[in-house]
Amino acid sequence: MLNRQGRPTGPGEAGARAVTTFSGNSGLSQDEPLLFEIGRTNVTGVDLEEPKSPGKSRLGKLARRGGIGIPGLSEPEVMRHYVRLSQMNYGIDTGLFPLGSCTMKHNPRLNEKMARLPGFADVHPLQPQSTVQGAIALIGELSRWLQVLTGMPAVAMTPKAGAHGELAGMMAIKAAIAARGEKRSTVLVPESAHGTNPATAALIGYRVVSVPARADGTVDPAEVRARLNADVAAIMLTNPNTCGLFERDVVEIAAAVHEAGAFFYADGANFNAIVGKARPGDLGVDAMHINLHKTFSTPHGGGGPGAGPVVLSEALAPFVPVPYVVADAKGVRLVEHAGEPGAQPFGRMSAFHGQMGMFVRAMSYMLSHGADGMRQASEDAVLSANYVKASLQHVMSLPFGDQPCMHEVLFDDRWLEGTGVTTLDFAKAMIDEGFHPMTVYFPLVVHGAMLIEPTESESKHSLDRFIASLDGLARAAKAGDADRFKSAPHFAPRRRLDETKAAREPKLRWSPQEARKEAAE
Amino acid sequence: MRYLPLSDADRQAMLARVGVADIDALFANVPKDKLLSGLVDLPRAKSELAVERELARFASRNVAAGAVPFFVGAGAYKHHVPATVDHLIQRSEFLTSYTPYQPEIAQGTLQYLYEFQTQVAMLTGMEVANASMYDGSTAASEAVLMAHRQTRRHKAVLAGNLHPHYRETIETVSRMAGNEVVALPPSPTGVEDIAAAIDKTVSCVVVQTPDFFGNLHDLTDLAAKVHAAGALLIAVFTEVVSLGLVTPPGEMGADIVVGEGQSIGNALNFGGPYVGLFATRQNLVRQMPGRLCGETVDKDGRRGFVLTLSTREQHIRREKATSNICTNSGLCVLAFTIHMSLLGEAGLQRLAATNHANAVALAEMLANVPGVTVLNETFFNEFTVKVPGKADAVVEKLAAKGVLGGVPVSRLLPCKPELADLILVASTEVNTDEDRAAYVAALKKVL
Repeated sequence: MLNRQGRPTGPGEAGARAVTTFSGNSGLSQDEPLLFEIGRTNVTGVDLEEPKSPGKSRLGKLARRGGIGIPGLSEPEVMRHYVRLSQMNYGIDTGLFPLGSCTMKHNPRLNEKMARLPGFADVHPLQPQSTVQGAIALIGELSRWLQVLTGMPAVAMTPKAGAHGELAGMMAIKAAIAARGEKRSTVLVPESAHGTNPATAALIGYRVVSVPARADGTVDPAEVRARLNADVAAIMLTNPNTCGLFERDVVEIAAAVHEAGAFFYADGANFNAIVGKARPGDLGVDAMHINLHKTFSTPHGGGGPGAGPVVLSEALAPFVPVPYVVADAKGVRLVEHAGEPGAQPFGRMSAFHGQMGMFVRAMSYMLSHGADGMRQASEDAVLSANYVKASLQHVMSLPFGDQPCMHEVLFDDRWLEGTGVTTLDFAKAMIDEGFHPMTVYFPLVVHGAMLIEPTESESKHSLDRFIASLDGLARAAKAGDADRFKSAPHFAPRRRLDETKAAREPKLRWSPQEARKEAAE
Repeated sequence: MRYLPLSDADRQAMLARVGVADIDALFANVPKDKLLSGLVDLPRAKSELAVERELARFASRNVAAGAVPFFVGAGAYKHHVPATVDHLIQRSEFLTSYTPYQPEIAQGTLQYLYEFQTQVAMLTGMEVANASMYDGSTAASEAVLMAHRQTRRHKAVLAGNLHPHYRETIETVSRMAGNEVVALPPSPTGVEDIAAAIDKTVSCVVVQTPDFFGNLHDLTDLAAKVHAAGALLIAVFTEVVSLGLVTPPGEMGADIVVGEGQSIGNALNFGGPYVGLFATRQNLVRQMPGRLCGETVDKDGRRGFVLTLSTREQHIRREKATSNICTNSGLCVLAFTIHMSLLGEAGLQRLAATNHANAVALAEMLANVPGVTVLNETFFNEFTVKVPGKADAVVEKLAAKGVLGGVPVSRLLPCKPELADLILVASTEVNTDEDRAAYVAALKKVL
């Protein structure tokens, strides 16, 4: 069909021929060189006023002599460069992002808007406290919400991410043990724990002793008791655990730990499963960090920033690090140094007062959801994971038998035996289906682990499409179509990348010398 | 609830597929007496408008830096950030993505990390940089631990003019880890004999330039002495814009350079989130903490980027990792990288020159106020003034007159009464002639 200008209006003879383009781009999928390959050191995309009064230099003999080498770009070039880079990324807004343990839930834009109010974003941490009463009050209010949700009497707000919160909690424990004149040097960590747990314990000098899981994927109180003695400072237990299961004997474990004079540190990475349903304080927890970027949806931002407030029991409350908020007749204030009556802060986690930008976002999330919305979110997250489990357990395999899971469902790779397809191959094939892969090969206690966390943000329609795709892939793998998986992904900005080469010949930056050398070759 | 897509009908259908009668059947592993039957004692869900109203009430009780003549620094600085930066970091594919563990669909994040690592290495005059730490203070603390691993010694010497929060951060972890710290006393004029504290048991010396009081330091001689003792020199900065104008630590013999990157691309945010910069020499790279992005090729031979050398990291190495860090400052890194790409070398130099010129102009004006002395011989965009009487009272009175005039040293060093009459004063490109005039006028009135 042609219109009156002779322009074809039907698809015509368009075939399926693969075309290599001259530009290296393929339609909307654009390739982009490095900044250093397109920028020039004499170009700037910022119009800066001429320095007003040059004055006499006060740099002494320390004025920089050589150039820096960093190229600049005009504003339109910068815009295009980073927009193109963004288009090579997969985000929650792109599609279902079932990364187990990472909690990729919807990031409301209201939270971004609130964090950018000048009264929060354009406030300096060392302004007189009289000029930042609202900021301090907000930290106090967020603390209160976290205390109510966890049933814990105190919270250290300053840790900057989950692992930093673990460090704060473990240092509070170490300080409490030292305060009673004891020295303990061992920390118990279940095999299924996040790597940050043993790394944190080791960072402050603890010896790590592993606790194995029992056949149903949870920790056996008998195994804990067998390892408890006067040298054990704490157990670091994730609950719900990384297999997606609630530790059913948590109360008994807590009692045994306390009886031995040790503390119960809970990794709160999975708190999102139980918010509004159960309180860690009721379960015997002494310290638990809360990843605001997981449970309370401050965005992950490609790897951060996060925030990791750590709630503390009565026994640990006196050791909360500086600064912390107190309220009195005159208003709220930040205590920035040791010396307040009753307090024995163990020290300071970082400069200033914590991740205010994340606090505002989390507060915005909490106010929006309310007590009812947060409870519903936990229930929906758990329901969605169980729905995925019920829909796929007949084609994939469950490592710990058929039991309810919490907010994430763990499969192993027994069902792939004999197909020639590995967990990694399966994950890469999911990319071709338009999904982000699940967490793979974690937890380490399960062979070829696939940990799926759909979160409460998915509609039933979205879950059904995801389930149908995984079901289709699983059947294809079992039907012997290994090649589809081995060569995946086919439809991503890059095919599989050579990680061995990257590690063997580390090239960690662009350098002008090497660029010249490569150009000459 | 606007964020939850499931309807009650959906929930019923899903429960039916799962094969349970109600949602609590899925919480069966939670001890019965610990399962909450009702709602916790917090308000119910709110509309977007209601949330805006409530949070605006908190925000309105703070004085925003942009609303007044503003001269507060001491480790966080008010700079102008181009609108492009904040627009780009809010692109969904950046904002809502995760750590790039699936590199085929995270090349955007990985490429900007690679660009960031290169920019930081160039700025600091070092060979390699990592993909960020939480902030400058935690980067400094990690640098000390790295020096201990490398030298197999366990004693750090901290210059007296290291930012007190950085010192406390290092001391806290060191004490807990059983390492030794020798912290020298502060010296507002920047004269101290660090070399005298160095011996063969020291793993590293940590020194800041521009220092806490604003003084600039040539580290060359110190580096030679540190190296002669078999130790490492860790150089710290809290104002990254200074590197546009002053000699970078990498050219003065530093082995590890760490600092705060907030000034480029990131708002003040009442202290966080910020971005820790961490750079070192190639031969120390395997002792580095944190993520590293490296170049490689894909199956078709096309250039691509991946996270690499991860056998240093906690998710692989667990208790033997170089650090426990996982989440870092991803989106703040992006803001830094975009702002730096806009500036380029030429823009950064000009920005730094404007900062210096503004600070010089202000220092000269304040030095002419009766009773006020500027202590620094050298500085970049921040210096220390001595005022008659208590500095904290002066700063409060200035605030009452609508000028945020700096940070009283006593706020960070309350146990040093001899420093109670000192104010740290910072001036950046945002300050105008009117701001400076307002500062001088207000100061004359309150003294």
